[in-house]
Amino acid sequence: MSHDEFAMEFIDMTKTFGEHTVLNHLNFKIHRGKITTILGFSGAGKSTLLKHILGLLFPTHGKAIVLGEDLSHLRELELREFRKKFGMLFQYAALFDSMTTFENIAFPLREFTKMSEAEIKQKVEDLMESVGLAEHATYRLPSELSGGMRKRVGLARALALEPEIMLYDEPTTGLDPITTKMVNDLIKSTSERNKAKKMTSVIISHDIDATLKISDYVAFLEKGQVVEHLPTEEFRKSQNPIIRRFLEL
Amino acid sequence: MTMSDKTRTLKSVTEKNLGILGHNVLNTINGLGKFTNYLTSVCYWAFKPPYRWHLFTQQMYFIANKSLFIICLVSVFSGAVFAYQTYLGFQGLGFDSFIGPVVAISLAKELAPVLSGLVIAGRCGAAMAANIGTMKVTEQVDALEVMGINSHQYLAVPRIAAAIISMPILSSIFLLVGNVGSWLIGVKVLRIDEMTYLQKIPEFMGMDDIFEGLIKATVFGFLIAVIGTFHGFEVKGGAEGVGRGTNLAVVWGMVIVLIVDFFLTSFLAVIL
Ligand SMILES: Nc1ncnc2c1ncn2[C@@H]1O[C@H](COP(=O)(O)OP(=O)(O)O)[C@@H](O)[C@H]1O
Ligand SMILES: [Mg+2]
Repeated sequence: MSHDEFAMEFIDMTKTFGEHTVLNHLNFKIHRGKITTILGFSGAGKSTLLKHILGLLFPTHGKAIVLGEDLSHLRELELREFRKKFGMLFQYAALFDSMTTFENIAFPLREFTKMSEAEIKQKVEDLMESVGLAEHATYRLPSELSGGMRKRVGLARALALEPEIMLYDEPTTGLDPITTKMVNDLIKSTSERNKAKKMTSVIISHDIDATLKISDYVAFLEKGQVVEHLPTEEFRKSQNPIIRRFLEL
Repeated sequence: MTMSDKTRTLKSVTEKNLGILGHNVLNTINGLGKFTNYLTSVCYWAFKPPYRWHLFTQQMYFIANKSLFIICLVSVFSGAVFAYQTYLGFQGLGFDSFIGPVVAISLAKELAPVLSGLVIAGRCGAAMAANIGTMKVTEQVDALEVMGINSHQYLAVPRIAAAIISMPILSSIFLLVGNVGSWLIGVKVLRIDEMTYLQKIPEFMGMDDIFEGLIKATVFGFLIAVIGTFHGFEVKGGAEGVGRGTNLAVVWGMVIVLIVDFFLTSFLAVIL
């Protein structure tokens, strides 16, 4: 498989927890450099799939090949190294609550690079600007930030190491309409800005409107399988009854 | 009710109770298995670079420095009351002057490490479970793992290392201040001759008594921190889960200190 065209590929992948099959012979490829949204009802296995991308879980059967690597062949330390190619924005941002905005964004730089304090400062300022964070937020703690600002900090932190793949877990669930729009614009602009580097974005969501606005591809997960995977325009017109039901919800 | 009905009811009740019992046994075994895995993981990651000294210092500051006041408070009163009780017990037997060594030895071997252990289990074991538990439910632990950082190494190892170093220090302070409390009661209140009081202590107390206490304190520090952090990582389901984890950390921390104290005492009596 050329990992030029596809950032990841799942081949006949099954995941069972005890007796419970969550992913069921799933076959699915994600295009490199594009935004792909994985839709599905709650409990469909979206988060489980996301964990397979990161090598936090491994298939019971079949393969998960990410950026050309079969993750089940990597050893623990290689896997940790591999995860540096990812950035992830968590649903509630998952900022370290004992650290200021600056420290949160600088965290991966301090852990994984040999940058000097001056370089780190410059980089954090650049990142803050790119996600639209005002300077006055620099030395605030997460508890002193609004939900929208926290998402921006989380995104800046995820982008710090210039990831090849950005993952978004339910980025707009539970947000008000204005913040939702802001987060969606942010996902779009982040992807645009990193187009040259072919950064791949994978969004997990059940927010249909946003999905149709910002994604290049949409996949629909149902009963552990991808039942539809189409460019957004075609997905909108899909006649698959499950998807019509979801779209008309 | 016919006989066979009764038998059937009895049978079903028995089965149900056996079911619950079996469930509990399995749960306990499962929990022990998880704990053993956790312990192995923590020991493995403790010796792997990178060593994050700044986290260790932070934890030292929290465990040792911030517990100083409460340790002093507990120890001065423990020493004082123990001196007074000893005096009451020995009263009329003419052994008043033995209060010094009796209190000093008890403090060194038992009271200092055990009471420091109980205080630190309540203060720091609980805080460890609450901190890590909160990070668990707000996905901060996942965020670490996704970045490729081992959460046991990053969160547990500095806390455990700091507890191992802090506990003997705190226990020594307990010993010292406890003796001051005893001296206040013995010499200043009960008017035992100061020279006699002070001379008797080194006459009866040896380095091995102090050493026994230090070993105990170190072991307790390790156990309290391992239990505290373990219950933090085990937290599931929101703020309520954090509360439950914190509670378990304190209860188990304290119980284990007392149980292990018994076995350590027997063991050290043989080898020291
Ligand atoms: N670690 C696990 N152990 C057992 N069952 C799990 C585990 N993780 C997820 N599941 C189950 O897998 C199913 C799908 O979960 P998830 O991937 O979180 O769904 P989604 O994110 O689409 O809502 C759920 O029924 C959940 O109970
Ligand atoms: Mg989910």
